[in-house]
Amino acid sequence: MACSASACQSNCYKTQQEEEEDVKDNNNTNSFAANISSSNNNNSNSGLCLKCKANKPISSNSDGGDDARFCIDCFRGNLFGKFRFAVNSNAMIAPTDNVLVAFSGGPSSRVALQFVHEMHSKAQKNFDACRDRSLPVFGVGVAFVDESSVYSVPSNETDKVIGDVRLIVENLAPPSKELYIVPIESVYSSDSGDGRVRLKKLLDAVSDATGREDLLLHLRMLALQKVASQNGYNRLLLGSCVSRIACHVLSATVKGQGYSLPADVQYVDARWEIPVVLPLRDCLAKELTMLCRLDGLKTVELIRSPCTGINGLVSSFVTLLQEENPSRECTIMRTAGKLIPFHFNKIEEIDDSNVLLATRRRQKRYNLKSNESFSSESFCFICNSPLSRSDLLSLKNLESHKTSSVCCSSCQFQILPQDPSSVNELYTLLPEQLFARAKHDNLDHYSALREQIQDCLLSEGEDET
Amino acid sequence: MEESADGKAKKAGARLCCLCHQKKAVLKRPKTLEQICRECFYEVFEEEIHQVIVENQLFKPGERIALGASGGKDSTVLAYVLSELNRRHNYGLDLFLLSVDEGITGYRDDSLETVKRNEIQYGLPLKIVSYKDLYGWTMDEIVKMIGLKNNCTFCGVFRRQALDRGAALLKVDKLATGHNADDIAETVLLNILRGDIARLSRCTSIVTGEDGPIPRCKPFKYTYEKEIVMYAYFKRLDYFSTECIYSPNAYRGFAREFIKDLERIRPRAILDIIKSGENFRISTSTKMPEQGTCERCGYISSQKWCKACVLLEGLNRGLPKLGIGRTRGLNNDDKKDTKKTNGTKSIESKQCGTLDF
Repeated sequence: MACSASACQSNCYKTQQEEEEDVKDNNNTNSFAANISSSNNNNSNSGLCLKCKANKPISSNSDGGDDARFCIDCFRGNLFGKFRFAVNSNAMIAPTDNVLVAFSGGPSSRVALQFVHEMHSKAQKNFDACRDRSLPVFGVGVAFVDESSVYSVPSNETDKVIGDVRLIVENLAPPSKELYIVPIESVYSSDSGDGRVRLKKLLDAVSDATGREDLLLHLRMLALQKVASQNGYNRLLLGSCVSRIACHVLSATVKGQGYSLPADVQYVDARWEIPVVLPLRDCLAKELTMLCRLDGLKTVELIRSPCTGINGLVSSFVTLLQEENPSRECTIMRTAGKLIPFHFNKIEEIDDSNVLLATRRRQKRYNLKSNESFSSESFCFICNSPLSRSDLLSLKNLESHKTSSVCCSSCQFQILPQDPSSVNELYTLLPEQLFARAKHDNLDHYSALREQIQDCLLSEGEDET
Repeated sequence: MEESADGKAKKAGARLCCLCHQKKAVLKRPKTLEQICRECFYEVFEEEIHQVIVENQLFKPGERIALGASGGKDSTVLAYVLSELNRRHNYGLDLFLLSVDEGITGYRDDSLETVKRNEIQYGLPLKIVSYKDLYGWTMDEIVKMIGLKNNCTFCGVFRRQALDRGAALLKVDKLATGHNADDIAETVLLNILRGDIARLSRCTSIVTGEDGPIPRCKPFKYTYEKEIVMYAYFKRLDYFSTECIYSPNAYRGFAREFIKDLERIRPRAILDIIKSGENFRISTSTKMPEQGTCERCGYISSQKWCKACVLLEGLNRGLPKLGIGRTRGLNNDDKKDTKKTNGTKSIESKQCGTLDF
C-alpha cells in the first residue's frame, strides 16, 4: 500500500539519501539520522560511528535502523542533547524549581527520569564545588501512579512492581529523590468513603470503551496534579515522546477535538495548577527504548488491559504507518506543531530577580507567539481542554446542577451518559476536585473579565453570584 | 448506547421505523444507527442535503451548475438528488453533467456509457472533455511512458484543469462535485500525515476556488459514503462501481482502511474528523503559497508554470520525471534554496494519489 511516488514531498516514500537531506531542514524533531550530511554514505562500509568516526557503531548491519550506525555515546549524546535543548529553551527547570517526574515504568519516562537525574547530579556537583553556593539545586521528586485497583491486579504483583520502582529511584542518588506511590483512587478525598469502590462505580457508569480509557487518563493527571501540589512541586515532568504525541494528534482529530489539540502537543502546558513540561517531545519511542536497552536502564512492565476502541485503533494505525515510513510520526507531530498554540503553552515570564537573567533571557527568546492577547478560554471540567465557540454554543451545560461544569462535546459524547437523569448520577461519582478546579478557573476568568471592564462599571452591588 | 438498543431490536423481531412509527424498519442508518423505513431514509437523506445547501448558501437562483459526473455512485446520486431538490425546492438552477475522459480503456469508456445513460435518465445535458483533446495524451499513453508510479499525480492534475476547462466551455457559474464525508475525512487525515498544512487549512471548506476560474462546492460534505451507496441501492440508480485500474498503490488507501475501521467502532467519528479539520487554526507565520498565473497557459498557479504545463512538457520532451520530485524542472531555474520548507514547495509537489482540492 505504499505510495508509489518518489515524487511525493511528504516523506511517504523516499530514498535514504533524500530523507537525510530533507530532514536537515527540521529542527531536531527527527531521529538522529537527520543530522548527518550526505557525504557519510562513504562511511557506511567502514564500520565506524557515522558521527564521531572513532567508535564502533551500535550495529554494523542495518538491524537497528539508522540509529544503529552510531556509537552508543553519540546516540545517547544526541538524545540527551534534545532533552537539554527542550529544557533550556523553554525554561522548564529553573534552579529554584521543584520538579515532579511522572514515572510510569515504561521506557520513555525511564529515560526522562535518567536525564533529569543527570542534570540533577550535575547541578549538585556544581553546587558543591562552588564556593559561595549562589546557585541552588532544583528539587526532584518521582511520582508513580498505581492503577492496580482499576485492572484488578493481585496485590503481590502490585507489591513487586512497586518494589521495582522503589529500587530504581533509590539507585538514582545522590542527590536523593522522594518517591510518591500514588494510588489512582487518591483523586477522591479520603473522607468521602472508599475511593476504590467509587472509582469502580464511576468507570462502570461509562459505557463507551474509549470514554472509559480517556476518563482514566484525565484522572491520572488529576492524581499527579494533586500529589505535586500537596508536596510543594511547581513543575510536573512527563516523558511523552513523538510517538505518543503523534497518536494523540490522530485520536484527538478523530474525536472532534481539533480546536484543543494544539494545547496538548507543545513543550509546555501551563493551564494546569502545576505546569506540565514535556522535554522528550522530540524523541522517538524507538530511540528511547533502544537507549534503555543499551544503557541497561531498568523499566517496569505494568499489567494493563490493552487499549481497545479508538485509542487502540489509532495506535495500530500509527505503528503501521511508521513501519511504512520511519519519519511518519515526526511528520504528524510537525503538522500539529503548525497549529496555533494557546497562551498557556509557555512558562509564565519570570519577573523575579532571583531567577538568573540568563534563564529569563532564554525564555523570552523561545516563547511561542500565540494569538491570544487576552486569556478568554473556558475549559472542559473533565478533560480540561479549551472549549471552542461551537462547543460553548451547543452546550446543554447550563441546565446541569453544578454551574461551573461546562463540558466539551467529546466528553459529552463518550463519557457522559445520554439521558439526563443518569448524568446527575455520574456527577456524584466524579471526584469533587474536578468541580472545584472548574469553579476556580471560572472565577479566575470571571475576575479577569471584570478587571477589563472595571472602569465602566457603575453600581457597587450588581453582584449576581 | 447504540449497542444496547440494537440488541433489544433484534430480540423484538419486527420493529417499527423510529421516525414515522408506522412502517416497518428495513435498514439501519449508517450515520446514526437509527432503524428506519425506506421512505423515511429517502426523506432524511434528501432533507439533510437540502439543509446543507441552504445553510451554506451554495447556489443562487438562475445559476448554471456543472455536476462532475464520472458515472460512479457519488456523481450519479448527486445528479439524481440535485435534480430532485432543484425541482422540489425551486432552486431555479440549470444543471449540466460534465464528464472527463482520461482515456483509460476498460475503465473510463465503460463508466462513460453510464454517464450517457444518466444524461437520458435525468434529462441533463452532458459535456465530455477528454485528456486527448486537451493535452494530446491519454492516461493509457502516459502510463505506458512513465509506468505505474506517479500516474495518479498526472491524472489528478490534468483532471482539475479539465474540469475547469469543461466548465468554462459550458459557461457555468459553479461546479459541484460528489465528494462525500468519507472523502473529506480521508483528506484531512492524509494532509496531517503528510504535513501539508496549506491543504489542511483549505480541505474542509465546502466551497473552494472562489477567487479562481470556477468556484467548486461539495454538497455531500456531510453525507456518508455508506448512505450514498444505500440510497443508490434502494432507488436502483444506474452507476458504475469499479476502482480505477491504475490506482492500487495510492497512499489514500491507508487512510481509507483506517476510516472504515473507525466507522465500525464509532460512526460519528467521520463527522468529528471534519469538525476537527474545520477547527484547526493554522499559524500565520507558516508561509503559504501565493497565487499567480501560469506563463504558458494562463491558468491559476503558484509557480511560473502551472503543474499541468510542467508535466506536459515532461511528457512531450520524453522526460517523465519533470515536475515530479524536488528542485528539478522548469520552476527552479533561479536556484531556490533547497532547504526552505515554505509552502511554495508543498504546492508544487504534494500531488500524490489524490484529487487536488
